[in-house]
Amino acid sequence: MLLSADDLQAIWLTLRLAGIVTAILLVIGTPVAWWLAQTRSRWKGPISAVVALPLVLPPSVLGFYLLLALGPSGWIGQLTQSLGIGLLPFTFWGLVVASVFYSFPFMVQPVQNAFEALGERPLEVAATLRASPLDTFFTVALPLALPGFLTAGILTFAHTVGEFGVVLMIGGNIPEITRVVSVQIYDHVEAMEYADAHRLAAVMLIFSFLVLLALYVWQHRGQRRT
Amino acid sequence: MDTLSARFQLNWPSFQLKVDLQLPGRGVTALFGHSGSGKTTLLRCIAGLERAQRGFVSFKGEIWQDAKIWLPTYRRPLGYVFQEASLFPHLSVLGNLRYGMNRIAVAERRSLDQAIELLGIEHLLERKPARLSGGERQRVGIARALAVSPRILLMDEPLAALDLKRKQEILPYLERLHDTLEIPVLYVSHAPDEVARLADHLVVMEGGRVLASGALTETLARLDLPIRLGEDAGVVLDATIVERDTQWQLARAEFAGGSLWSRDHGLAIGRRVRMRVLARDVSLSTEHQENTSILNLLSGVVDAVADDDHAGLALVRVQIGASVLIARVTKRSAAALGIAAGRQIWVQVKSVAVME
Repeated sequence: MLLSADDLQAIWLTLRLAGIVTAILLVIGTPVAWWLAQTRSRWKGPISAVVALPLVLPPSVLGFYLLLALGPSGWIGQLTQSLGIGLLPFTFWGLVVASVFYSFPFMVQPVQNAFEALGERPLEVAATLRASPLDTFFTVALPLALPGFLTAGILTFAHTVGEFGVVLMIGGNIPEITRVVSVQIYDHVEAMEYADAHRLAAVMLIFSFLVLLALYVWQHRGQRRT
Repeated sequence: MDTLSARFQLNWPSFQLKVDLQLPGRGVTALFGHSGSGKTTLLRCIAGLERAQRGFVSFKGEIWQDAKIWLPTYRRPLGYVFQEASLFPHLSVLGNLRYGMNRIAVAERRSLDQAIELLGIEHLLERKPARLSGGERQRVGIARALAVSPRILLMDEPLAALDLKRKQEILPYLERLHDTLEIPVLYVSHAPDEVARLADHLVVMEGGRVLASGALTETLARLDLPIRLGEDAGVVLDATIVERDTQWQLARAEFAGGSLWSRDHGLAIGRRVRMRVLARDVSLSTEHQENTSILNLLSGVVDAVADDDHAGLALVRVQIGASVLIARVTKRSAAALGIAAGRQIWVQVKSVAVME
């Protein structure tokens, strides 16, 4: 066997985390992206800046604030406690919440760009064809922005797979619960198990390359078609 | 009866729209003006795609906009044709046609067949818009607007994005629309030839205001407006083909007050046509010219004389029976011939455009 049971467990955990985070972000990132693409509000600038923050903040800074917010005296922590969920740090769902924040711009920005690229015209055409704004969103904006969604989904998934700092701050290093691939590699290196680290790192490298390759090949074909 | 009332006051930093219009409930009304005259903005305000700060729109007794009411575009019973066809690229031609039709009440739905047949797009239904020519796309765009069974059709320069060949391809379809549609059509255009061919009613716009609004033939014959038309100043006459000269390939069409010869386009005798006579193709003479290459010689009475856009030119309106022609002549000639209102004059028409 090339990979140990622990390694496979870390890979499964990572894929599960990335899948759930991508699904959640599709649901909450899309309305934000639509609002940012459509609004003429003066809040567009500040909101865009907040959305983009995870792009520039060190993951440890984001993780630190999330740890405080999710902790016993943080406002999210108090909320989850009062709802009977308990505290999220050092749990799988704590990782999910943290990753949702961390990967937010990777979902919102490509989708927002796709919506903005549509322009006003298709939406106006739909209005003259009796479609209400909500109808227009689902039958015109969404299908036309589909390539943007695919890009956003792949980037979000891949970015969540690749995170490390936030995971360490929020999730720690608990096998089966929060020990994702990047942390597992770190553990191997700490324990001087370079051969194990190599195998897992190679898997990550090949995975990342294949994801990006698929994305760019697909985008290139899309461009040639239009 | 007036069926569309529109009043708007719109103040943009670089543009002002201020109009108060009553438009007829039948036929084609052309909103004519140069670019920047506000004709497209006016159309968009009527459609609800633009919202004027102060505005009032009512259509057949139903208020679309006033101080309190704002009916969004998707609840106004109109069809809209954009300058670029703007078909939905993710839907086939048939999908585009059905998009609007599926969103109106079942009782109001009419068969798509009529619109498909009228625009001649039967063979395109399965195609994606990317695989259509510009002219085909615009025909589908018009059919799509008709598929919502609109009670009024708004068209924003549907030919402007097309080259001359494609325009010639679409114009016959527009003429068929003109003949078969029972709903009023608002047609925005900056091309005088389209207006002359298609319109029954003319609204001339400039700088966000309405300069004139009235029946096409009367409005074109107004001497205070041709100045804005420049080279395209001229009149349109309703006429009937009465004679065909097969030897010389000519046809004679009779209008109220006389008749004119033009090239024979194969139209049958008895056929109703429109004739467009440009002011630059009309010359005047005080005597009956015998030896001239010009076939069309009419006798009339000078009705009015006005300055043209160049200081050396004048526009002369001549009454011929119940019709009028406008001639563009130099002021020197006008003075030499003693042209003034009431003078008997011979009118020579060098060129006539016959339109079905």
